[in-house]
Amino acid sequence: MARRFSVQRQRGFTTIAITCFFALYLPIVVLVFYAFNSADSLSSFQGVSLRWFARAFENQQVVDASLRSLQIAAVAATVATVAATMAALATTRTEPYRGLTLKYAFINQPLMVPEIVTAVALLIFFARIKIWTGYTGLGYLIAAHTAFCVPFAYLPIRARLENMDSTLEKAAADLYATPWKAFRYVTLPLLWPGILAGFMLAFVISLDDVVITEFVKSAGQDTLPTYMLGQIRRTITPEMNAISALFLLMSICVVIVFFVVNRKRV
Amino acid sequence: MTQPGANEAERSRDIRKRWLLSLPALLIVLAAATGPLLIVVLYSFLSPGPYGDVQWQPSMDGWIGVFLERDMFTETLSIADAHVSILIRSVMLSLVTTVVTLLFGFPTAYFIATRPERTRELWLLLITIPFWTNLLIRTFAVLQIIRNDGLINGVLMKLGLITRPIQMLFTDGAILTGMVYVYLPLMVLPVYANLEKLDFRLVEAAYDLYATPFRVLTRIIIPLAKPGLIAGSILVFIPALGAYVTPSILGGGKNLMLGNLIELQFGQGRNWPLGSALSITLMLIVTAALLFYVRNVGSQGSRHG
Repeated sequence: MARRFSVQRQRGFTTIAITCFFALYLPIVVLVFYAFNSADSLSSFQGVSLRWFARAFENQQVVDASLRSLQIAAVAATVATVAATMAALATTRTEPYRGLTLKYAFINQPLMVPEIVTAVALLIFFARIKIWTGYTGLGYLIAAHTAFCVPFAYLPIRARLENMDSTLEKAAADLYATPWKAFRYVTLPLLWPGILAGFMLAFVISLDDVVITEFVKSAGQDTLPTYMLGQIRRTITPEMNAISALFLLMSICVVIVFFVVNRKRV
Repeated sequence: MTQPGANEAERSRDIRKRWLLSLPALLIVLAAATGPLLIVVLYSFLSPGPYGDVQWQPSMDGWIGVFLERDMFTETLSIADAHVSILIRSVMLSLVTTVVTLLFGFPTAYFIATRPERTRELWLLLITIPFWTNLLIRTFAVLQIIRNDGLINGVLMKLGLITRPIQMLFTDGAILTGMVYVYLPLMVLPVYANLEKLDFRLVEAAYDLYATPFRVLTRIIIPLAKPGLIAGSILVFIPALGAYVTPSILGGGKNLMLGNLIELQFGQGRNWPLGSALSITLMLIVTAALLFYVRNVGSQGSRHG
């Protein structure tokens, strides 16, 4: 079937689309461009220099906040992915059973509620627990991040599972594989791209989070985004641009990997 | 062949196993997302403590405070102008954001959906990258463009169109621009997911029957794309209404939205019950929007993400 290109055209749509792409990337390009500014402020561009990148790396607060972000994201994304994989196995490839819809609703619940409301709820809840237990460590942030990462890890894993039929697992069972062996040698390798995609989504979502972290963190527990929020509200130097540029670079890499992994469907 | 009874037992064992498997995820969400929401409901009916937190004394003041304010001396109630205007402004800004992203997002999604297979992936990637990059950084990028010494003012001054920078930052327009910018991908992706499945032979048939492009758009494409358009609108409206980062950076201290008002109650305001009541109010509006979505689209249009 030969699709005639002109038939699908709508007047002005291409112009609007190109404008959108341009508008989406212009601010980002400008932001990155000024990260290489050698001047002291963002008002003028005086020459190319890496001094603000160097400054960012020397800034102990930035280094600490970055490490804290990575630590939280690594733990939260791992726990969320394991839990989400199990939940996805439990909610797919089955006839509807009682409570199935409830499970969907529950797991996706963090997506339905505005972040600020979850943030407030956790602030209240953890404030109580802090009084009761006296514990003020990173555990609260990790718990909060794990919870909102669960649906993000769950979605790609579930999508992958739904595209897999259970013929191979049944064949394995017929050949006397134990349920664990069938899972380990058949299901898991097939599911792996989905799990990887889910983990990466969860990891990025955790790294990006501002609102919930801002409300849940105790003193001295800034992650990179909350540190940046604090700085942006005060005075802005090209150092912020340098940090943003590095952050962007990392996100783009993860997205591209995600895109490639997710595209190779069975 | 197995007996029906044995099948039954096997099935109930399978279901039990499935509950066990989903338990960790359910517990995590219950403990650190859903459960605390119930506490917010409880707190909205208590009285504020002197230094934040609450006192265990039932009170409706939190809820009354959402719309009304009590005069300190005469104890009379009047409409809380500040709160009501912030509430109205939040809803208006979110609605306008939704409409603007729809006007720009639909043609963009259509453009991507009508690209040849090979380049389509690339355009899609170009939308996906902003989707997954940090919202804070993207807001910061907008801030730099619209600052008084930012790109837009700089170019306009160079061209001699203006002599003094236009104050764009810290206005409602800035919040709107920022929200449209950060939420545009949320509109494009679900609309695209829907248009991708559109059978373009229908479009061709319409043309064969001498329909004008405009009629094809309004009679064929838009009706078929409706689930995606509604899904995109909901996906933009919900985070826009609860937006906190974008208005607090681009709106400055004065142009608040609901999210900032809530934050204020837990910070300087020290009125946790009011903050809780405002949060629940926000959630009720969001739930209404979601119900609207379910009513109109149901499960057929939920293919995104």
